[in-house]
Amino acid sequence: MKKILGILLVVLLVSSLIMGCSSQGTSSEDEDVIKIGVFEPLTGANAAGGAMEVEGIELANEMFPEVLGKKVVLEIADNKSEKVEAANAATYLVDNANVVAIIGSWGSSLSMAAGPVAEENQIPIVAPSATNPMVTQGNDWYFRVCFIDPFQGKVMANYAYNEVGAKTAAIVREISNDYSVGLASFFVNSFKELTGDDNAILEIVDYNTGDTDFTAQLTSIKEKNPDVIFAPGNYTESALLAKQARELGINVPILGGDTWETPEFIDIGKEAVEGAVLSTFFTTEVPITPMSGTFLEAYQEKYNKEPAAVTALGFDAYLVILKAIERAGSTDPVVIRDEIAKTSGFEGAAGIVTLDENGDATKNAIIKEVKDGKFVYLTTVEP
Amino acid sequence: MEIKEFLQHLVNGISLGSLYALLAIGYTLVYGILRLINFAHGDIFMISTYAGFYLMSSAILPWWIAFLLAIILTCILGILVEKAAYRPLRDAPRISLLISSIGMSYLIENLAIVFFGGRPKTFPIPAIFDRIITIGSVKIPTLSFIIPVITIIILAILLHIVHNTKTGMAMRAVSTDYEAARLMAIDVNKIITFTFAVGSTLAAVGGIMWGMKYPSLIPLMGVMPGIKCFIAAVVGGIGNIRGAVLGGFILGLGEIMLVAFMPALSGYRDAFAFILLIFILLAKPTGLMGKNLAEKV
Repeated sequence: MKKILGILLVVLLVSSLIMGCSSQGTSSEDEDVIKIGVFEPLTGANAAGGAMEVEGIELANEMFPEVLGKKVVLEIADNKSEKVEAANAATYLVDNANVVAIIGSWGSSLSMAAGPVAEENQIPIVAPSATNPMVTQGNDWYFRVCFIDPFQGKVMANYAYNEVGAKTAAIVREISNDYSVGLASFFVNSFKELTGDDNAILEIVDYNTGDTDFTAQLTSIKEKNPDVIFAPGNYTESALLAKQARELGINVPILGGDTWETPEFIDIGKEAVEGAVLSTFFTTEVPITPMSGTFLEAYQEKYNKEPAAVTALGFDAYLVILKAIERAGSTDPVVIRDEIAKTSGFEGAAGIVTLDENGDATKNAIIKEVKDGKFVYLTTVEP
Repeated sequence: MEIKEFLQHLVNGISLGSLYALLAIGYTLVYGILRLINFAHGDIFMISTYAGFYLMSSAILPWWIAFLLAIILTCILGILVEKAAYRPLRDAPRISLLISSIGMSYLIENLAIVFFGGRPKTFPIPAIFDRIITIGSVKIPTLSFIIPVITIIILAILLHIVHNTKTGMAMRAVSTDYEAARLMAIDVNKIITFTFAVGSTLAAVGGIMWGMKYPSLIPLMGVMPGIKCFIAAVVGGIGNIRGAVLGGFILGLGEIMLVAFMPALSGYRDAFAFILLIFILLAKPTGLMGKNLAEKV
């Protein structure tokens, strides 16, 4: 019995090793390919977000698999939704996979963790959907194809004030996530300005990534009786938060940011997230460029479902790098970096990308609402 | 703070504390018998929620059969873990056992990532548990009421087994003196297997209720509750069943009340458990109820 169990254990260990490494099986020395690294959360709290971006990146790779007459190969590393692992994953891509550029990551904190790696090794990184301004600020090697949080915070504060008619608000932050803390503070500033009331924010409470119980925070909020709750943060936690808020009898609208737009948010929250409003980057209802149509068609053919906004951004991030390599006519990361920085008027699936001196794109924001278990387009807000 | 707000916090704290208590009992039982901190316990708890999820999602079984099967499967897993990772090390130094349990914990977590995937799954909640009772202005989800009741019932059954049955007597004997118990013709291996079975069953009951209360499952969901419940067991006095339950309630209520009275500190909620651990280890290393050695089971 002991022996059998021992053998079983060894088999399990070996099989988990093999399965864990399968994605790296092709990393032998090959001069005829150009490697683009991808570091995304594929496990852990942000796994759904990472998986959706990878879908877009892989789709773009399938549709545009070549540049400079060479095949483009994606090297995908899992950053496990952890900051330390994010830096490790980026380092792995640079040191072991010889990539010329990197795409990633879902989640501003994870992206920021890889910032120094990009600078030290002089490898350009393009973030599809990391919106915290600090991701690109002061880092010449980091770019993004989405808008930034000062704009997003303003958009949601406007929505709360004008559409909901809110005069007071409560804030729930995911304290360990720079995205959430940043977006919340931009919302607070804009909301105070709009209401002209310095005391318009009745309560600010925090939680940590991975928390499941928010009843204490919500009970405190309930007693303050705000008109609206702004709770930007990770989709799993936010869905549980909405569920517990409704169970406690809090019936005011709950607003959030782009990270909510995952199928899991609705699966977990169910009827509790009905009516939740969020800002995001892209909607299938209003295709922006000819590329949007191409992307939508190809995506629906491959996955047979509606793409999320971050999937379109992943798609765009790949293409921005591809075009830069094409213009550079070289695989030298330094030259590629300069060409990415010059990106202007690029027609991507999720809108036109023109990078400013910080490496940020200026784009419209889309507001969506959860209705009958779906994200439904409400309106477009121009910067 | 108004009284109704305080009552709401109290209800929240008790239901969270009960879940911690169920998991903490598993740590305490195994420690009492083997002097082993079973780091894989949190992961066994995680497996039980996934087992519940897959059995419920099959939608063929009524919910109570699905739950029962999930509990039985988890119980079997707990026994297998003991047989595979701990029994071969029965006469090895304690530290080998500890390291083996850490290895087991990582193995289960990574197998779960490979087989269940990294994206969160949603635990299907039977309609009967998805209701909300309103008493005055205090809202109580039915679960918050059911969880403490089940915890108390289980505690009563467990104390009965430990104090009033032959097996319980054998458990106490093994925990007091392993070698002497063997000389008295107690089948030590059988008692240890039984202990793991009980511990895993409690983890499974806790896991399924956790899944219904917080219906988002990820492969690493057992890590943080695992650590916190281990702390609960230490605070109560590790090796002591009543202590584990007390520790669970202190931790659950403490976390909730910290946020209730100091909302600005809500981000430090997880730190509360660790500060409590340091404080207890400095002030009373044996834990609140850890004095009575004779009761160590």
